[in-house]
Amino acid sequence: MPEKKEYKVIGTRPIRHDGVDKVTGRALYGADFHTAGLLHGRVLRSPHAHARILSIDTSRAEAYPGVKAIVTAKDLPDAADKVADLGEGAVHLKYLCDNILASDKALYKGHAIAAVAATNAHIAEEACALIDVAYEVLPPVLEVRQAMEPAAPLLHETLKTGSLGETAEEPSNVASHLQHKKGDIEAGFAEADVIIEREFVTGTVHQGYIEPHNATALYNPDGQLTVWCSTQGAFTVREQLTEILQYPISKIKVVPMEIGGGFGGKINVYVEPVAALLAKKTGKPVKVLMNRADVFEGTGPTPASFIRVKMGATKDGKLTAAQTHLAFEAGAYPGSPVGAGAMCIFAPYDIANVLIDGYDVVVNKPKSAPYRAPGATNAAFGSETVIDELAKELNIDALEFRIMNGAKEGVKRADGPVFPRIGFIESVEAAKQHPHYTSPNGKKHHGRGVASGFWFNIGLASSVSISVNPDGTINLVEGSTDIGGTRASIAMQAAEVLGIPAESVNPSVVDTNSVGYTAVTGGSRTTFATGYAAYEAAQDVKRQLIARAAKLWEVDEEDVQFADGEFSCINGKEAQLSFHDLSARLGETGGPVVGSAAVNPPGAGGAFATHIVDLEVDEDTGKVQILRYTATQDAGKAIHPSYVEGQIQGGVVQGIGWALNEEYIYNAEGTMTNASFLDYRIPTCLDLPMIDTVIVEVPNPGHPYGVRGVGEVPIVPPPAAIANAIYDAIGIRMTELPMSPDRMLKAMGKI
Amino acid sequence: MADKKQSPKENAAEKPGKTTISRRNFLKGVGTGTVAAAVAPTVLIGAEKAAEAQMGEAITSATIQLNINAKTYEVEVEPRTTLLTVLRDGIDTRGNHVDLTGAKLICDRGECGGCTVMVDGTSVYACMMLAIDAQGKQITTVEGLAEGDTLHPVQEAFIQHDALMCGFCTPGFVVSAASLLSENKKPTLEEIKMGLSGNTCRCGTYPFIFDAVKTAARKM
Amino acid sequence: MRSFEFFEPTTLAEASRLFAQEHAQLLAGGTDLVIGMKALTETPQSVISLQKIAGLAGITTDADGGVSIGVMTRVRDVELSEEIRNGYTALAEGAAEIGSIQIRNLATLGGNIAHASPAADTVAALLALDAQVDIASADGERSVPIHALFTGPGQTILTAGEIMTRFRLPSPASGSHYIKHKIREVMDLAFIGVAAAVDMDNGTITGARIGLAAVAPTPIRATEAEELLAGKSLTDAILAEAGEAAAAACSPISDLRCSAEHRREMVDVLTRRTVREAVARAHA
Repeated sequence: MPEKKEYKVIGTRPIRHDGVDKVTGRALYGADFHTAGLLHGRVLRSPHAHARILSIDTSRAEAYPGVKAIVTAKDLPDAADKVADLGEGAVHLKYLCDNILASDKALYKGHAIAAVAATNAHIAEEACALIDVAYEVLPPVLEVRQAMEPAAPLLHETLKTGSLGETAEEPSNVASHLQHKKGDIEAGFAEADVIIEREFVTGTVHQGYIEPHNATALYNPDGQLTVWCSTQGAFTVREQLTEILQYPISKIKVVPMEIGGGFGGKINVYVEPVAALLAKKTGKPVKVLMNRADVFEGTGPTPASFIRVKMGATKDGKLTAAQTHLAFEAGAYPGSPVGAGAMCIFAPYDIANVLIDGYDVVVNKPKSAPYRAPGATNAAFGSETVIDELAKELNIDALEFRIMNGAKEGVKRADGPVFPRIGFIESVEAAKQHPHYTSPNGKKHHGRGVASGFWFNIGLASSVSISVNPDGTINLVEGSTDIGGTRASIAMQAAEVLGIPAESVNPSVVDTNSVGYTAVTGGSRTTFATGYAAYEAAQDVKRQLIARAAKLWEVDEEDVQFADGEFSCINGKEAQLSFHDLSARLGETGGPVVGSAAVNPPGAGGAFATHIVDLEVDEDTGKVQILRYTATQDAGKAIHPSYVEGQIQGGVVQGIGWALNEEYIYNAEGTMTNASFLDYRIPTCLDLPMIDTVIVEVPNPGHPYGVRGVGEVPIVPPPAAIANAIYDAIGIRMTELPMSPDRMLKAMGKI
Repeated sequence: MADKKQSPKENAAEKPGKTTISRRNFLKGVGTGTVAAAVAPTVLIGAEKAAEAQMGEAITSATIQLNINAKTYEVEVEPRTTLLTVLRDGIDTRGNHVDLTGAKLICDRGECGGCTVMVDGTSVYACMMLAIDAQGKQITTVEGLAEGDTLHPVQEAFIQHDALMCGFCTPGFVVSAASLLSENKKPTLEEIKMGLSGNTCRCGTYPFIFDAVKTAARKM
Repeated sequence: MRSFEFFEPTTLAEASRLFAQEHAQLLAGGTDLVIGMKALTETPQSVISLQKIAGLAGITTDADGGVSIGVMTRVRDVELSEEIRNGYTALAEGAAEIGSIQIRNLATLGGNIAHASPAADTVAALLALDAQVDIASADGERSVPIHALFTGPGQTILTAGEIMTRFRLPSPASGSHYIKHKIREVMDLAFIGVAAAVDMDNGTITGARIGLAAVAPTPIRATEAEELLAGKSLTDAILAEAGEAAAAACSPISDLRCSAEHRREMVDVLTRRTVREAVARAHA
């Protein structure tokens, strides 16, 4: 159990270890990598959203000068009926392989069909145009409700709905149906005085990390495969490669380069296996880069969804029942985040009667990938809008209504877990007391809205090793890709244990041969779990150093105390050594000290956030301008408060983009018509208000310093908060994302 | 990358240190006509003579000199080679990689700001500029902002304010900020936002970036 | 990007002769052409840079009180020119709406117009400001009003070898203003663009010109709305009539940015707003 105590390093704001490299352009990202003899790969992609591949003729491309190799799905091992274990559940290997290079069907515009390695990128691109693919074009299915219709064209002839442990007879686009039940839903609604039921639609959006996917692969003659790439998890790349290539895991080394954003989208592999196949075929290193259109059309969006929410409350403000139907687009292969959406949707509230049905549905769009609290934002758009409507109906302050019904320690979620100590109510209280919430709000066409959000956070395995340098510094070796400052937030936890400054830690993110297994940088787990491993590894170092001091002083280990960076003798003998001075004497006391830890901590502790937004609606143009934004969040314990603030602001920025303008726009043929940063508009600094952040600290009992993951939950409330503010401004409930000027004008009856 | 398959060798590198270009006569047999007399004099003074004297010559590849970070690079390019390609993937005529990978290839069409460099002191997207058009200009990349081991005040301030998360957009922002401060010593917040609005950051670090630019302005 | 041959003529005459060849394209700032070539929507066999031709860039005052802006003048210079900001505000505003600073540091006014996009950010202002376009070729020079320049998306009246050399703006109107309807504050294409320029005399609009972008296959003038405003003083009623007339003059399309109905509605709304602001500036 974490104690409330004063820390020396935790809670301070040291500068980041990789700062100089990143402001001088020296930091090496995947595309910056080059090596002698490098070939350039390019992927040919399907021009059709749904088509049977009748034949692929590569002969013209092979004859093109400068072309060194061409690969298609035929170069992948036979995947029929095999099941791949990726550590987070079994996956049909065929689905995994077909998303890398399509075998029998192209299932989305942009689906990889073949790839070329050539002496330069121009030649590779030109050769792609010489690959002749014969397609039988099929009608595409582009929307989740349409895909669920019994008469809808089928993406996979063999896919049958798995529903509550049973498999259906007939094939369907519905891959699975899940259900969570708590209490008696009918009785719950019978108790209610007010019941609100609404339907919501959210668009397909992209994670929008600005660094395109990239991979460079090299096969050594001894069979060792090395892959340099941009990933959130080198070890998950290794797992996917071993399954897709059916190649021994011990012969694969994955080197994570610096990563230019991921937000969940750089967990699945795309070009990594392609680079590996081309490298094997040519015997040369091969680099494959995506361009921006490839990223939009070929990698994970987060899914569009259709959501129905029904909630009931008594007239004195007690929520009695909540029901939802969540239908999420998985993209071309099963695996939407509907499960996570189902876990999160009603989690902030203590409701006795809950029924949640979730559907994972395939459509002719890229296979969906996680995006920051995957599924939770879609779900909260529905539930938090209905909560707002109920509060208005009951004439109860929207934040007060949340406090009245808020979940706390001991409350059981509909999907099973019982909450340990959590900080939901504290986050709402912080919002309620914030000057923003009490400031005047009443100008014409101005509105204020609030919404809350939950993300469960994950733990999973992390490994860290620490070696002590003779100058009193430590080298910390970790396997977690640093996307946003985790080198520092992990180093700080080791520094705290050893009583040294954060600057005395040299953190390195290393390849899969150089550190123990570490799960992805995702699920808001890194500062929690890898930080936990760093804490434990530092404890290991501390124990060993105590033994060294005891040896030096010829006393028992129990007689050595370590506090504030000083080892001292407590048996009456006058002896004292700083960490720094003892580090210099390792040689004479037995040699190097290396501490290590591998952890898999269970108590990730959920994260809650509550947001307040003020905005103005231009009733003539339909444009919404955000005027003020405040986000409160329980961080458990903020290791590096600047990073927590940065994560909160980042989540809000992405949430605002999702709420107001981001979406994939498809034509009837299933082509995304806005696959560029010009037309898929991520917010610029001129589109955003200043975002005020309030860090609430309700320590997580599952972590030595009380850390809760913070990265994901801040994206959850914005769309609902903004929709609620729009209602406050103009009296219209927006139920479709994004709330673009076009949709606003339509909702207002202007067009 | 510069496409080597069509590199004519006849003129290449015959005068080391000077720009050489491969040309192909293009307008043989085309009448020269009389243009100048009828055209606005401010524009076409001397044009008639020039038209007589010069035949249009097509450049298919060229060995050009680029001044990057106060250093001269001699590189062979095709006309289609962009400045960004030379910076990231170019190989000079002595076989050395230019290797200035600070400017990032992200959208490759002027929509993100990741490849921002300064050309004659103003910020441009290196992906939109043909390398051949950058001859005779002073090009500054993020690698050229520091003086020796002394970081540019903008770089110092970015570290101090932690104005980066993943760091991928950072080189572009740093160059844009340096360019802004070279034109406007004391920008207001609005001017900072306007000056950086051609760069996008998906991590959403904008507020820290504004703080960094304010600090850098004070120090400069 | 496909390979192409590159030319750097030093005279307009030479450039004109080169440009008269098939599959030739002019390179000014490159911000449209280079991107088009990457996307393979432009596949010229020869590219003719106007960079080395003297006299094509710059803003000069004309004897009649107007200004001339050379085609190779950087958009950023148009945006920042005191003369343009004061006398031709709508044009400075249009220039400032193009892409981003990095683009405006490369892009030229001539390129923005020659690309003949119906959504070009400076075109509505040049229409409202009644610009004349000077055009040179091997056969001589001619000058056309800008509203006569465009024939369709990406299409102009320019014939083989003709090159625009400058835009001439008559002496300033009393007030002008440009509004771009967009989602993002920067780096966005115009959903629609509306520019208005008004001449005022003692509270009466003596003349008005309204330029509209992205509402028809070419940029257009809303002449009926202009006539409605002429001779009137500014009232909500007359603004409403002008807005409706401008909307009626449009033939917008639905595309990925927004629907035709949306565009038509915005022409009405933004015509009212731009005219109102142009009149306010005339009074200021």
